[in-house]
Amino acid sequence: MDMTTHIPARDARVALTRGQRRRTIDRLARALALLATLVALAFLTSILLTLFYLGIPGLGLHVFTEVTKSPEAHGGLANAIVGSVAQTGLGTLIGTPIGLLAGTYLAEYSGRSALGQVVRFVSDILLSAPSILIGLFIYQILVAPTGGFSGFAGALALAILVIPIVVRTTEDMLRLIPISMREASIALGAPRWKTIVFICYRAALDGLLTGVLLAVARVAGETAPLLFTSLGNSGFSGLGSAMASMPVTIYQYAASAFDDWVQLAWTGALLVTMGVLAINITARLLVRRRQ
Amino acid sequence: MTQKGDKAFSLAVHTAGLFVLVLLGTIIVLLFIGGLPAFRAFGPGFLVSSAWNPVTGSFGALVSVYGTVVSSVLALLMAVPLAFGVAFFLTELAPSWLRRPVGTAIELLAAVPSIIYGMWGFFVLAPAVSATVKPWLVSTLGHLPGIAGAFRAAPGDSSIFIASLVLAIMITPFIAATMRDVFLTVPVIFKESAYGLGCTPWEVMRRIVLPYTQASVVGGIMLGLGRALGETMAVTFVIGNTNRISTSIFAPGNTIASLVALEFPEAESGSLQLSSLLALGFILFVISFVVLAISRALLAQRVRA
Repeated sequence: MDMTTHIPARDARVALTRGQRRRTIDRLARALALLATLVALAFLTSILLTLFYLGIPGLGLHVFTEVTKSPEAHGGLANAIVGSVAQTGLGTLIGTPIGLLAGTYLAEYSGRSALGQVVRFVSDILLSAPSILIGLFIYQILVAPTGGFSGFAGALALAILVIPIVVRTTEDMLRLIPISMREASIALGAPRWKTIVFICYRAALDGLLTGVLLAVARVAGETAPLLFTSLGNSGFSGLGSAMASMPVTIYQYAASAFDDWVQLAWTGALLVTMGVLAINITARLLVRRRQ
Repeated sequence: MTQKGDKAFSLAVHTAGLFVLVLLGTIIVLLFIGGLPAFRAFGPGFLVSSAWNPVTGSFGALVSVYGTVVSSVLALLMAVPLAFGVAFFLTELAPSWLRRPVGTAIELLAAVPSIIYGMWGFFVLAPAVSATVKPWLVSTLGHLPGIAGAFRAAPGDSSIFIASLVLAIMITPFIAATMRDVFLTVPVIFKESAYGLGCTPWEVMRRIVLPYTQASVVGGIMLGLGRALGETMAVTFVIGNTNRISTSIFAPGNTIASLVALEFPEAESGSLQLSSLLALGFILFVISFVVLAISRALLAQRVRA
């Protein structure tokens, strides 16, 4: 009797069935992976198609020129759009410098210090913390003591969401700048802060901008942190009083019983999503140009 | 002049770093202080009481904590295989020209605002699931001994199940993107060696990539769990907002985030209801913090997701 028959793997027939089994499992796994990807893409497609199908019929000039009105009164979303732009803009303006400086601390100053590790960890926690809790926090620290909802409170809530995003991209982008650039600057006699601001920031500019854009895209669609801070308003208002915003208006209208409000909610949803995705894609293109 | 500039800039960046630290601390402390009256009034019983009655002033965390945990865990069960498939496809299977566009599309799925998921879930997904998947699950799994109760039919489109389905779709791109980044850290030479020995792509994934990245893959999954636990708008639309624990996943329920979103604007300031909601917020923060901290610790070995 041939020895090889006693070692199954060396038996030609066993090896053949084993090989077939391995190939079958591989084919199955690959088919399932492809299926999973197609399913994920199908969800994205379904969401976008739904937005176009239900949102486009309500599009018109009145959406941008009229303020939100009572049902059947042919209102628009003008105050919500202005409110969203104001709160997102102010939130970004407040959050960006803090995030930029904290990111600079992590990349340029913290080294391997314990404090640096803790700040990085805390910033990462903030990045994924439930946004509704940020709303509760601003309510507790600002709205309840001053006794009023305000667009400013909404902007502050959004600013807290902006900070960790900017911290992350700033640190990542500054770490990509070669050390030789810093050394060249310092060798020419430039102080450290000038090296960072005029050499590192400038070299990392499009990366830093990407971080800010991603932050804008993220907070522009946030609803939960605004529910207890800027609350919403049926007309135009300043940052000092309760202020309308796109996401909150969409939330209130989508759940309403009036057909024209639900229609406005879908049109608003289309506008917000397209805006957010457009900013997101712009940010990605900026980074790609860099690579 | 130079030294002054350096000192000022150094002070500014250190202040900003400390600010981030203090910010998180303040959030936790303020939520706790806000919830203190509720913790005082109900004691540890707050955690195990299923009451939520603004009229009688009796509140407990059990139902919403249950809804939060069950919907998030169900979402993970659905999202993890899906996300793994996507990450496997993007790193080992897709031709290189396809990787960027598909990867970008998956990332765009993550960028869609959560309220849009809520509306889509409520108006499109929930009716579709009620008409197709739900009756099928009820008629098949609903007869299995032991777990039949979990799949018992319940009226209405809104349910814990549909909430976890929407959550699963929302967190899939997060988990997939993290897994992809983690898989890409495996040295090419390991994979090439395995291919050279005649391994199939699945075997390379199963025997080389997964063992090498194990801890970080779990970290990525925990990151998705952290997202699901605190998600508000998408869940509020589809979960039915009922303060009751039901064994069936097709029955409506609520989560901490959805309960806070719905009742906080109506709660009177200084009331026990408001304090109970803040106490729930504190509990949610603690749960999220623990999950995210574990996630970061596991991920830190490979990537920052």
